Amino acid sequence: MNIVVCVKQVPDTGAERKLRPGDATLDRDSVDGLINELDEYAIEEALQIKEAHQGEVTVLSMGPDKASESIRKALSMGADKAVHLADEALAGSDALATSYALAQVLSAIGFDLVVLGAESTDARMGAMAAMLAERLGVAQLSLASKVEIDGSQVRINRQSADGYWSVEGTLPAVISVVEKINEPRYPSFKGIMAAKKKPVQVMSLADAGIDASLVGLANAVTEVVDFAERPPRQAGTIIKDEGDGGNRAAEFLVAQKFI
Amino acid sequence: MAVVLVLAEHSGGDVKKVTLEMLTLARQFGEPAAVWAGEGAADGQARLAEYGAATVFVAAGGDFTDYVTAPEAELLASLVADTSPAAVLLAATGQNNEVAGRLAVKTNSGLLTDAVGLAAADDGKIVAEQSVFGGGTIVHAAIRAGTPVITVRPNSVAPVPAAAAGEMRHVELAVSDAAKGARVTGRIAADRAERPELAEAAIVVSGGRGVGSTGGFELIENLADSLGAAVGASRAVTDAGWYPHKFQVGQTGKTVSPQLYMAIGISGAIQHRAGMQTSKTIIAVNKDPEAPIFELADFGVVGDLFAVLPQLLVDIAKQTSG
Repeated sequence: MNIVVCVKQVPDTGAERKLRPGDATLDRDSVDGLINELDEYAIEEALQIKEAHQGEVTVLSMGPDKASESIRKALSMGADKAVHLADEALAGSDALATSYALAQVLSAIGFDLVVLGAESTDARMGAMAAMLAERLGVAQLSLASKVEIDGSQVRINRQSADGYWSVEGTLPAVISVVEKINEPRYPSFKGIMAAKKKPVQVMSLADAGIDASLVGLANAVTEVVDFAERPPRQAGTIIKDEGDGGNRAAEFLVAQKFI
Repeated sequence: MAVVLVLAEHSGGDVKKVTLEMLTLARQFGEPAAVWAGEGAADGQARLAEYGAATVFVAAGGDFTDYVTAPEAELLASLVADTSPAAVLLAATGQNNEVAGRLAVKTNSGLLTDAVGLAAADDGKIVAEQSVFGGGTIVHAAIRAGTPVITVRPNSVAPVPAAAAGEMRHVELAVSDAAKGARVTGRIAADRAERPELAEAAIVVSGGRGVGSTGGFELIENLADSLGAAVGASRAVTDAGWYPHKFQVGQTGKTVSPQLYMAIGISGAIQHRAGMQTSKTIIAVNKDPEAPIFELADFGVVGDLFAVLPQLLVDIAKQTSG
């Protein structure tokens, strides 16, 4: 089975993340870039599917040169090879353009199964799996907390607001995974060494047949009008419990008309 | 006047509050029109009319419950073609962010997710306020092409009634085979007490590592029930298996924006704050006076939650019975 895992490099959620004053794009320079956390679960799931059903796992990442660090991490976890869509013309692409660019690459390289994390920690839109399924015309089996593959049949548990839905479709398909699906493996020393020799194909817009007039900041269909740091919250009243902490909390709730 | 399409969130004929909030927001940009996918429209119609839906577009039938996201996207795309709306609003749920993504692709439109407010700019453009990077940055964003497709976070605005006709209009839609790629074969609700949904709740009571065990969560549940609140949990709790994962609030869990958020035994790591920072009022109880949650708290008690909560419960019981 030909499995492609989409991986996004994002700024560390533990650091202070910012937009750049000039063009309101993500400031990727001042913060360490890491592999998007949920994408590690996607890689793990892809590896488990490969281990059970044979095949090959290809990592696909769109991003600046720096994203090669995240690609290397994915390879060190056990993916076989990678495609890095890197072209300056892609900088500032919004979700619509990103889904277009990724779909073009996926069509060019071919796939049976595309696996994504359910959302990225920076944009948090949670829409990419659906957008790719829409563009590629394949089944969308997203928000999966469990994946079962039997021949060309795929069954998932799809996370819902109050539990899960059982959903099924046939390959080819796009899957997105939620955190509880598995426990991502750590790269072994051997894996890290092996990753250095694994092939990474760098693709440009032309290589993937991407129309430059449909991507990048200048062609984005969304725009940031302005942005600001959230003003700090007004300092609250902090008391030490001296036997009446519960009473005082209740008084606060009454004063604020919550009870 | 242009219409503004609002995809109704409903369950068993009941209209969810976020739908009324979206109808309230929609009014400033045009004439609100609700879109009802699936059964039960007759039961919801009066409520939608009460909150300003001039029209209720109804597409009944099982396809919307039998297949995932694509049928709703086809329905909305056909209504966009027919009505040239000023915008399409959907509730920011996992499901609807996907519907919105498909709709944006179908209509070649700009997509904005998880708006916490909507306003009209001087030139009439719709500007969505988003709270990003864990609530640390406020962004105002707009759409440059196509029909604005925007998902709206629950509790972004107080719903205000504004009576309208609520005229039911049946939509003929043959859902394509292409939209039937992912079939729903079962729905399993995890056992659930009679508590409000975490994302929609006006009050959320969350427990963290300080709660100490599954057993300790009874106290959190008791407090939540005394306030009619939803229960949340920090990642430490769900990772430890003390409470189900679907209740996790934070960067990798749910984002909530209630009127009142009570953080009990939660230190307030940046990943947790990402999920609750836009709450209107925050109360924290924690043993550690240095816990970062106190930087956010409107009211904080430094103390042992196992002493503070029982006392608080007694006082709440007195207030609500008297």
